[in-house]
Amino acid sequence: MTGLLEWARRIRELGILLALGLVVLVTAMSNPLFVSGQSVRDLLLNTSLVALLTVGQTMVVLTRNVDLSVGSVLGLSAFLTAGIFVRHPELSIPVGLAIGVVVGAACGALNGALVAVGRVPSLVVTLGTLYVFRGLDYAWAQGKQINAGDLPDALLAMGGGRFLGVPYLVLITLVVIAVAALHLHGYRSGRELYAIGSNPEAAVLAGIAVRRRVLTAFVASGAVAGLAGTLWAARYGTVDATAGTGLELQVVSAVVVGGVAIFGGSGTVTGAALGALLLTTISSALIVLRIPAFWQQAITGALLLAAIALDRIVALRLAATLRRRSRGVSA
Amino acid sequence: MKAKDFLRWETALFVLLVLIGVVGAARTGGGFLAGQNLFYLGLDIGEIAIMALPLTLVIVAAEIDLSVASVLGLSSALIGALWNAGWALETILPLVLLVGAVCGAFNGVLVTRMGLPSLAVTIGTLALYRGLALIVLGDHAVADFPATYTRFGTTPLPGTPIPYPIALFGVLAVVFGLLLHATAFGRAVFALGANEEAARFSGIRVKRNKEILFVLSGVLSALAGIVYTFRFSSARADNGTGLELAVVAAVLLGGVSIFGGRGTIGGVILAVLVLGALRNVLILADTSTEVLTVVTGLLLLASVLAPAIIQGILNRFKRPIEGAPS
Repeated sequence: MTGLLEWARRIRELGILLALGLVVLVTAMSNPLFVSGQSVRDLLLNTSLVALLTVGQTMVVLTRNVDLSVGSVLGLSAFLTAGIFVRHPELSIPVGLAIGVVVGAACGALNGALVAVGRVPSLVVTLGTLYVFRGLDYAWAQGKQINAGDLPDALLAMGGGRFLGVPYLVLITLVVIAVAALHLHGYRSGRELYAIGSNPEAAVLAGIAVRRRVLTAFVASGAVAGLAGTLWAARYGTVDATAGTGLELQVVSAVVVGGVAIFGGSGTVTGAALGALLLTTISSALIVLRIPAFWQQAITGALLLAAIALDRIVALRLAATLRRRSRGVSA
Repeated sequence: MKAKDFLRWETALFVLLVLIGVVGAARTGGGFLAGQNLFYLGLDIGEIAIMALPLTLVIVAAEIDLSVASVLGLSSALIGALWNAGWALETILPLVLLVGAVCGAFNGVLVTRMGLPSLAVTIGTLALYRGLALIVLGDHAVADFPATYTRFGTTPLPGTPIPYPIALFGVLAVVFGLLLHATAFGRAVFALGANEEAARFSGIRVKRNKEILFVLSGVLSALAGIVYTFRFSSARADNGTGLELAVVAAVLLGGVSIFGGRGTIGGVILAVLVLGALRNVLILADTSTEVLTVVTGLLLLASVLAPAIIQGILNRFKRPIEGAPS
C-alpha cells in the first residue's frame, strides 16, 4: 500500500517537472533568451518567496487546515522589520531576519490558537486574520512608504547578492525546504502531521497531541511568512502596507498544484515548491509570449481547479485499487 | 432549545444595532439618523445584503461560496464590455444573470459531481471568475450608461425614502425567508447541513439541492454586480474585490453555523444592518477604511468564536452524563 502511495506521489512530481519542461521548451522556442543564465536566475528569485511560503502552507494543509493569512503576515512583517532597520541601520541581518520570524510566529500562534483551541474552522479564522493583520499593517504604515534609500545597504545587499552565482534568497529558501522536508519525513512530530490529516479521529485515538501539532503547523506557517516579509524588504527595497496582497492565492495554488492534497494527509514540501516554480514559470512565460497579464489570474484559478480535481481522481482510483487488492487477499 | 438560542442571538443583534444607532447619533450630533445618511447607508449595504441571502442557504447546507464577489466583478465587466460592443442593456442584463447562473452551476457541479470541497473549489473560482472579468474588460472602466439605469443609485423609490437596491433586497429577503423557513426545499437545506448522510437516506436529493443553492448564489451575485455597476455608474473588472469577506462575515455574524444546519434569514438581515451601521458610524467618525477592515475581520472572528466559548462555559456548568461520548 505504501508502495502504491509512493508511486502516486512520484507520478505527480514527475508530472509537474514534465509540465515545467514543456512550458520552458515552448517559451524558449519563441524567445531563446528565456533560458539564459540571467533569466533563469530571475525566475528562481521570483519563485523563492512564494516557494518559501509554500513550506509553511504545506505543513498546515497536511493537517486538513488552510492558512489564508500568509500574504498579510508577510506584509505586516515586511513593514515592521523594514521600519526597525530604518531606525536602527546598524542592526545585523540575522537579527533582522529573526525579528521577522518572531513577528510571523506570533501571528501564526494566534491563528493556531483560534483553530486548535477555539475549534473554529481554519478557513474562517485565517480569512478573518487576513484582514485583521492587513488592517494592522495599514494602521501602522499610515500611508507611508519605506524606500530603498532609507534601508541599510547590508540588507539590500543580502536581497540582491549571490553566493557562487546563486541568489541568497534562493539559498535561504532551499535550506528552509530541506529542513522542513527532513522534519516531515524523518521525525515523529512531522509524520504525525500526515496522520492527523489522513484521519483526525484515528490520530486522536492513536494518542497524537492533535491540538499541539496543529498549533505548531500554524506557528511554522506564520514564522516562514514572517521570514519572507524581511526578505521581501531586502529584495524589493520599497515597502508599503500593500506588500504581499493576494499572495495567499498563489501559495495555496502552488501547494495544491504541487500535489499536496487539500483534504490533508498527503504531499511533500518539495512538490509544493515545484508547484510554485511551475506557476512562476507560467506567469513569466505569459509575459515572454506577449499574452496579456490579464490572463494570469484566470490561469492560476483554472490550474488550481484542475489540480484539485486531479487529486480527487487519483485518490478515488487509488482507493478503488486498494479495495480490489484487499478483496483479492481475503478471497 | 434551538429556537430559544436563535431568539437570543437575534435579540442580541437587535440590541447591538440599537446601541450602534444611539451611540452613533450621540457621537455625530444626530448626523447618523439624518435621512440623507440613512439613505446612503441603505445604498451601501445593498450588494452585500443581496449576496448574503443565497449564501445563508449555502452555509446552512454546510457548504461555502467564496466566489461571490468575483461573480459580481465578472458581471460588472460583462456589462461594460457588451455595452462597449453596442449591445442593448435589455439584452445584456438577462445575459449577465444567465452567466451568473452558469458560474454558480460550475461551482455546484464541481462540488457535487466530483465530490470536491466547496471551500477549495470556490477559492479556485474566486481567482478564475475574477481572471475572466479581467480578460473580458481589461483594466478600463466603462461609465457612459444611460441615466435611466444609473438614476436609481442616487434617487429613492418614488414617494418613499427607500433606495432602489434596498427595495429590491426587501423583496428578495421575503422570498428567501419563505424559501428557507416555509418550504420543503428549506427543510431539505437544514437537513443537508445537519447530517448529509441522514438527509440522503430520507430521500432528499442531495446533489440536486446543492446545485440549486450554488446556482442561486451565482444568479444573485450577478444581480449584485448589476446593482453595483449602476450605483457607481462604473463597470470595472475589479469591482467588489474582497467583498466576499463582508458577505461571509454578515452571514456568520447572523448566527448561521459554519458547520451547517443552523441559521435564520432574519438573523442575517440584522447582521447586515449591524455591519452596515457600524461601518457608517465609523466613517462619520472619520475612521480610516483600514480600521473598518480590521473591525469587519474581528467581528467575523468574534461571531464564530462566540458559540464555541458559550458552549465551553455551558459545559463547565453541566455535569457530564455517564457513558456519553465527550
